[in-house]
Amino acid sequence: MLSRTADNLYWLARNMERADATARILDAAQRLVAMPQATGGTTNEWESAVATAACVPAFRAKYDKVDARTVTEFLAFAPENPASIRNCFETARQNARAVRTALTGEMWDLINTAWHEMRHFDPNRTQGEELSNFIAFVKESSLRFDGSAFRTMLRNDAYCFSRLGILIERADATARILDVKYHVLLPEEAQVGGPLDYFQWVSILRSVSARTSYHWVYRDSVKPWLVADLLILNRQMPRSLASCYENLSRYLDDLAQFYGRQGTSQRLARSMVTKLSNASMQEIFQSGLHEFINRFIADNNRLGGAITEQYLV
Amino acid sequence: MVFVTDLDPGMELAARKTSDARPAAFDEMRSPDGSVRPAYGALAEWLKDASQEALDHRRREAEFIFRRTGITFAVHGEAEAQERLIPFDIIPRVLTMGEWQKLARGLEQRANVTNAYLRDIYGKREILRAGIVPEDLVYRNEAFRPEMNGQRVPHDLYVMIAGIDIVRTDPNEFYVLEDNTRIPSGVSYMLENREIMLRLFPELFDAHAVAPVENYVDDLLATLISVAPATAPGDPTVAILTPGIYNAAYYEHSFLADKLGVELVEGRDLFVKGNVVYMRTTEGPKRVDVIYRRIDDDFLDPLVFRPDSVLGVPGLISAYQAGNVTLANAVGTGVADDKAVYSYMPEIVKFYLGEEPLLKNVPTWRCREKEHLKYVIERLPELVVKEVHGSGGYGMLIGPSADKQTIETFRAKLKQDPANYIAQPTLALSTCPTLVADGVAPRHVDLRPFVLTGRDRVRIVPGGLTRVALKEGSLVVNSSQGGGIKDTWVLDR
Repeated sequence: MLSRTADNLYWLARNMERADATARILDAAQRLVAMPQATGGTTNEWESAVATAACVPAFRAKYDKVDARTVTEFLAFAPENPASIRNCFETARQNARAVRTALTGEMWDLINTAWHEMRHFDPNRTQGEELSNFIAFVKESSLRFDGSAFRTMLRNDAYCFSRLGILIERADATARILDVKYHVLLPEEAQVGGPLDYFQWVSILRSVSARTSYHWVYRDSVKPWLVADLLILNRQMPRSLASCYENLSRYLDDLAQFYGRQGTSQRLARSMVTKLSNASMQEIFQSGLHEFINRFIADNNRLGGAITEQYLV
Repeated sequence: MVFVTDLDPGMELAARKTSDARPAAFDEMRSPDGSVRPAYGALAEWLKDASQEALDHRRREAEFIFRRTGITFAVHGEAEAQERLIPFDIIPRVLTMGEWQKLARGLEQRANVTNAYLRDIYGKREILRAGIVPEDLVYRNEAFRPEMNGQRVPHDLYVMIAGIDIVRTDPNEFYVLEDNTRIPSGVSYMLENREIMLRLFPELFDAHAVAPVENYVDDLLATLISVAPATAPGDPTVAILTPGIYNAAYYEHSFLADKLGVELVEGRDLFVKGNVVYMRTTEGPKRVDVIYRRIDDDFLDPLVFRPDSVLGVPGLISAYQAGNVTLANAVGTGVADDKAVYSYMPEIVKFYLGEEPLLKNVPTWRCREKEHLKYVIERLPELVVKEVHGSGGYGMLIGPSADKQTIETFRAKLKQDPANYIAQPTLALSTCPTLVADGVAPRHVDLRPFVLTGRDRVRIVPGGLTRVALKEGSLVVNSSQGGGIKDTWVLDR
C-alpha cells in the first residue's frame, strides 16, 4: 500500500475519533453546568472543556470570555481551531477523498454525507436543543464510521491503519480527560468528596460513555478510585488505556505479520501493554496519578511518531 | 448542411452564403416529416407514456446519486462553487450498430494515424520534408518537446488513450471536431452514466439491446499492461499519476484507479533511483513500470520541464528516456492535437496510410495564413473562432451569438496574434431529445468516444460521453460552460 494512503487512512480515523471525543466533552460540560451550583454545577466547567480538548492557547487568542457560547463555538465550529469538530470532519473528508480507492463505498458515503450535513448546522445557534442535536449528530456519524469500517472493510493492512488511528486518538482523549480531572480522582483511603465531586465523577464517566458500564463492572456506587481504574486499567472498557493498547498492539502485530517485519512501534506498544497489565491503581496513586498520565500522554505520542516513521512516510 | 472538405474552405463558405445563415439542425430522433427514426422507436414510445413529473422525479433521483457518490468536478475560477455536478440528462442518446461500426472504423484510423504522425515528428520527419505540414507548426508549437527528438518510446506508441470529439450534422457523416491526444477526460462519466441509467430505468434496458461499456476498464488495463517497457518484470506494475484532490478531474482519477485495481499516486509518492521509478509503500519501495499520467507534460518532471512543479517526479524523464518506464500518453503528444495541426489531418491520413480519411474534418481556416485571416476577419459574425491551444470552451468566439462589442474586442485580439487562432463555420450540431424545464425538447450534442491503442490492437467500447448544450439554441457543450451529459447507447441489433 502507498505510504500516503496509509497516512490518510490513519488520519481519517483519528479525525473522526477526535470529533467524537470533542462532542462528548461538550456534552459532559453542558450537563454539568446545567446543575444548580449547590449540587456541583461550576462556572469553570467550560474552561476544563477547553483544557480537555487541548486547545487553551488557541482559544485564548480568540476570546476573552470563557462561557457556553464561546466554548461551543470554538470546539464545534471555529475555523481557526484545527481540532474543531467542523475542521475534523472537513479534514476527514479530505483524507477520505485522497484515498477513496482504499475505502469501501459505505465508508465514503457516510463521510461525505456527514460533511454535507455538517454544513446545515448554524454556528450561531448552538445552545440548548440545537447543541444536543448537533452532539447527537456527531456521535452518530462517528459510530457509523466505526461500524461501517468494522462491517465492510477487508481485514488487511488498510483496516489496521484505520484502527491504529482510532486507537491512538482514543487513548489520547481518555488520558486528557483524566489529566484535566485528576484532582477529583482520589485513592481509596482518601476522604471522599461531597456531592460536587460526585457529579464530576459521573461527568467523567459520561464523557467516555461509561455511565452504565461502570455499574456493570463494579456493582457499586460511583467512587473516584474505581472511575480511575475503569478508565486506566480495565481491559473490558473499550475506552480505557489498557484496552486501547491491547488493541494497538494487536493491530501492529497484524501489520508486522502482513509485512513480515517488526519495528519500533510494535516494541513500544508491547511494552506499554506489559506496563499496564502489571500496574495496580494503588501503585499509580502512590507514585502520582498526574505524573502517570503525563507520562502516558508522552509515550502515546511517541508511539504515534513511531508508526508514522515506520509506515506513513 | 454538407461540408466538402476536399474543397478549399473558402469555396464551401461561398456556397453557403447564398443560403440561410443557420440551417435546421439534424434531429437524431425525428425525421423532418415528424416520423421517428428506427433507433429511437422504443424510446419514443416510452417517452410518450412518461409524464413530466415522473421524468423530473427520476432526474432528481439521478442527481441525488451523483451527489452522494461524490461525482463532482471543479470549475476554473469559481471559488464558491468548488464542487459542482455536471447536469445529467436522463434521456439516452441512441445510435445503431451500423452507425457505430462506421464511426469506430474511422476512430481507429484516426488513432493509428496520430501515432504514425508522432513517431515521424519525433523521428525522421518525413512529413515535414514532404512539405505536407509546415515546419513551424511543429517547431514553434508550445506542445512540441525537443527532449523527445530521436527518442524511441516503448513499442513506438505515443497515444494509448485518445478522446476524439465527434459531431454530426446529417444522418450520413461523422465529423471530427477535436483530436484529444494529451490527457482526455470524461470516461468516468461514460461509465457512471450507464450505471445510473441501469439503476433508474431497468425497463428501458429490457426494451433495448444496449451494447455494454463497462468492459472499458478491463480494456484500459490490458492496454496499459501491453505497453510496459522491455525492462519490466513479467507482471508489470501500473499506476495512475494524479495532480491530487484539487484537480478538476480528480474524481475520475480515483474512479479509474479503483476500477483497475492499481495505485493512484501523486508525484510525492514516486521517486527515481538508478533511472527506475519506485513508489513509496508501507513495505518499502516498489518498482512502477507503466504510468497512466493525468498530469500535463509541463509538470511531469521539475528537472526537465517547469522547475516550480511540485506535482511531478524529479528524474522521471531520465527514467523514461532510459526505457525503464512507459508514460501513457507519451510526452509531447500535444503536437498532434492542436487546432492548427487538426486542419491538416486529411492530408496527414493520406500521407501515412495512403487511404482516404473515414471521418471528415470540419473545414478550418488557419488565421496564420494571410488569405484565410482576411476571410475570417471579414466574416467574424458567421464563424466560430478558437484558440489553437485552447480547450474547455474557453477563449473562443461564437460569431452568430456574440454581440457587436464582443466581436470587435475579438477582432482586435485576432489581428494582434493571428497564428494563435483558427476559424470554423458555425456547425449545426445534431440534436437529441433532452429533458428541460417545460418538457422534452431537442438540444445540440456532441460525442466523445474513447480510443485505446495497445501494443496488440486498438480497443473501443461502443459508446462514449455525449455532451449536451442544455440552453435552447446553444452550441457550447463544455461542462465548464453549462453543458450537461447523457448516456450513449449503441443498439446491438
